[in-house]
Amino acid sequence: MTPAPRFTGDLAHLPTHGFGHRSLTWWGIIGFMLIEGGFFALTIAAYFYLMSQEHSWPPPPFRPPNLIAGTLFTLVILLSELPNTVIKRAAEQGRLREVRKLMLVMVGIGLVLLVIRGFEFNSLNVLWYDNAYGSIVWALLVLHTTHILTDWGDTVVLGGLMHTRHGIEARRFIDVSENSLYWRFVWLAWLPIYFLIYWLPRLA
Amino acid sequence: MTELDPDLARDGPELTGVELDRRLTAAWRRQPGLIGWLSTTDHKEIGKRYIVTAFVFLALAGVLGLVMRAQLARPESGLITADRYNQIFTMHGTTMMFLFAVPVMEAMAIYVIPLMLGTRNMTFARLNAFSYWMYLFGGTMLWVAFVLNTGPDAGWFSYTPLSGPEYAPGKRVDIWAQMITFTEVSGLAAAVVMATTILKQRAPGMTLAKMPIFAWSMLVVALMIIFALPAVALDSGMLLSDRLVGTHFFNPYEGGDALLWQHLFWFFGHPEVYIIFLPATGFISELVATFSRRPVFAYPAVVVSLCATGLLAFGLWVHHMFATGLPRLGFAFYTAASLTVSIPTGVQIFCWIATIWLGRPQFRVPMLWVIGFIVTFVIGGLTGVMLASVPLDLQLHDTYFVVAHFHYVLIGGAVFPLLGAVTYWFPKATGRMMSEALGKLSFAVTFVGFHLTFFPMHITGMMGMPRRVYTYPAGMGWGTLNMISSIGAAILAFGVLLFVINIILSFRAGRVAGANPWEAAGLEWATTSPPPVYNFPHLPAVASRTPLWDEGEGLPVTTGLRVDDRELLSVTIIDAIPSVREPSPKPTIWPLLSAIAIGVTFVWSIFTPWALVFGLVPSAIALTIWFWPKNPDVPPEPEID
Repeated sequence: MTPAPRFTGDLAHLPTHGFGHRSLTWWGIIGFMLIEGGFFALTIAAYFYLMSQEHSWPPPPFRPPNLIAGTLFTLVILLSELPNTVIKRAAEQGRLREVRKLMLVMVGIGLVLLVIRGFEFNSLNVLWYDNAYGSIVWALLVLHTTHILTDWGDTVVLGGLMHTRHGIEARRFIDVSENSLYWRFVWLAWLPIYFLIYWLPRLA
Repeated sequence: MTELDPDLARDGPELTGVELDRRLTAAWRRQPGLIGWLSTTDHKEIGKRYIVTAFVFLALAGVLGLVMRAQLARPESGLITADRYNQIFTMHGTTMMFLFAVPVMEAMAIYVIPLMLGTRNMTFARLNAFSYWMYLFGGTMLWVAFVLNTGPDAGWFSYTPLSGPEYAPGKRVDIWAQMITFTEVSGLAAAVVMATTILKQRAPGMTLAKMPIFAWSMLVVALMIIFALPAVALDSGMLLSDRLVGTHFFNPYEGGDALLWQHLFWFFGHPEVYIIFLPATGFISELVATFSRRPVFAYPAVVVSLCATGLLAFGLWVHHMFATGLPRLGFAFYTAASLTVSIPTGVQIFCWIATIWLGRPQFRVPMLWVIGFIVTFVIGGLTGVMLASVPLDLQLHDTYFVVAHFHYVLIGGAVFPLLGAVTYWFPKATGRMMSEALGKLSFAVTFVGFHLTFFPMHITGMMGMPRRVYTYPAGMGWGTLNMISSIGAAILAFGVLLFVINIILSFRAGRVAGANPWEAAGLEWATTSPPPVYNFPHLPAVASRTPLWDEGEGLPVTTGLRVDDRELLSVTIIDAIPSVREPSPKPTIWPLLSAIAIGVTFVWSIFTPWALVFGLVPSAIALTIWFWPKNPDVPPEPEID
């Protein structure tokens, strides 16, 4: 016979959702940002390792990538933080109409970025099979593109979800807020890569 | 008995006992039948599947080890060809490291940790299920390829250029590299689930300073996995692209470098050793405390040692590369770092000895494995300190001395504690005790067989026998020692077989265990054996590191989670103050279907890069359906007075 339990506290008054570090989703996103950040950091380390094997960077006869597409991409992705910040705040305050509208804007921005990214691949002045320099430059750009692509897919699905009757649930607003947080990671990760692909070969 | 309010959707003094069990079971159970079985999100079911699968891989890789010992028992033996031998030692190492050692530690934790923390399930329960399926598919792909004579043959660390497109044509190495992708996706997912569960789902009052040491070890390990595994995933991704689309990461003729492979591999590979070893130290801390009838001596020192080992593990990788030629300063730095890591491990060992010394030790079977561990691991640790010295390492590199060393630390340091832990938690998972007599016999036979197999390898190594040779000439003087090792291997295998027989017999007809057969202190012993699907009828609350010893039968509980829906408690990370009632996802088939879609993509991409484009579509569809809310019609919460 098990003894009667000794009741010491009650949890019924606790909320059923919380934003930021109170949310399990936030911790999951942080975990995946650490993993993805690890991938970026190690790829960057490999870049410097391969660079140290060469006398000049890029190795002749290759020219550094053309600046226009990459710089345009950088400007657009930096500006995208403006609607991103607004959307995060709107989600945390439960403003569904604003969230719905701005999710569409973010989907549009993602599409524009993907198109510019296509031009970036075309402006590298090297192919992945030319030499190790080409391989690592392509690796950095492909790695970052997968993040643009997956976040875009995520935004499309979540944006669609917000337009259904599920959109009013508090947990969906958490998802929107964390999606915005992840977008910050995606553009922050881009800045060192932009420098490595476009500027270091000009300075080295 | 008073009539229960049918709208009462929370546990509490009015809703407890049989009626609470009925309602919680209804909320937490899965559908019966095959689809239900494939859809489960229960950490106990997933954990048990993980453990059984990992032990199957242990058996398969163990048989390969026996085949190698049969081949090497005599010089110039013609039992197997060189090509087959290359596949066999590669499969043995790969399976043991990637499909047994790391997954089995995660598996034990997936089963035990939520019970230890006093919660009903892990966070991200579907991701947990997905992690298992990816692991299963990756392991299956590797073994199917091996049976089809396409098993990898470039060693478990697949050094370039041997594994590159020039020297390894065919698909053998690609299978290896893609197996890495599967297991890394699986391991990383499990690590995120583990870390968030430990940080956010502890029982109220279980501050970080009161957390069981095994939970500490798994927290450190989860973080290590998160920082280490991307290195090998990136590395194998680069290898695949060198082989498939003609990149030149590891090709020195086009500006690449073969040593880049080794740096990235060992940046993962050395922490990997501690990813296997630290959970084992967590087992040891639990076992030593229970069977010495006192808390572990110097808890803060043990926890700091765990964290220090986890950090130092990332500064050692180059000691695997001493023979590749390094700057002098590199030699000195990595020797010093390698010697340093023995300090926190030494501190832990002294703490365990002090615990036994100050306690009232009971030499039950799990405790015998602890003693076996301490003896064996100390020997393996000392040969590790020897190998940290560059001149000695250059002499012994790639010899059987190294084989002896890492089997001492991996079998002695991880498998012995694991078998002790399995014996220890078996009654919790099955409700039955394992046989004590058979347990003692299997321990004795395994221990003797192990030392008989691997101790002579120190000497064969010092006599110059290289590892990974499929045979050796007569007259080298290695014959007798090899014969002893082979006889030892047979005895070792027999010992493990006895362990398995004990499991099977005890599972069917072992003595029935109560909730707490070892009179242990942790929360996992506060619930029935086996636990109900919802783990705890009321969530336990804790005030000390050894709640069951300090509170006796009257363990305090908290109430107020819903009983008509799956709800978990999340707490603040340091002080474990209740913070949010989080819903827990229901079972669904979509993690499995997602794993199938992604798995097909991975296997297909061994043959053409376009698979990544075409496979994206079904994968994205499966993941979208997985995440799409399926049950929006949960009844609204009842009002609180």
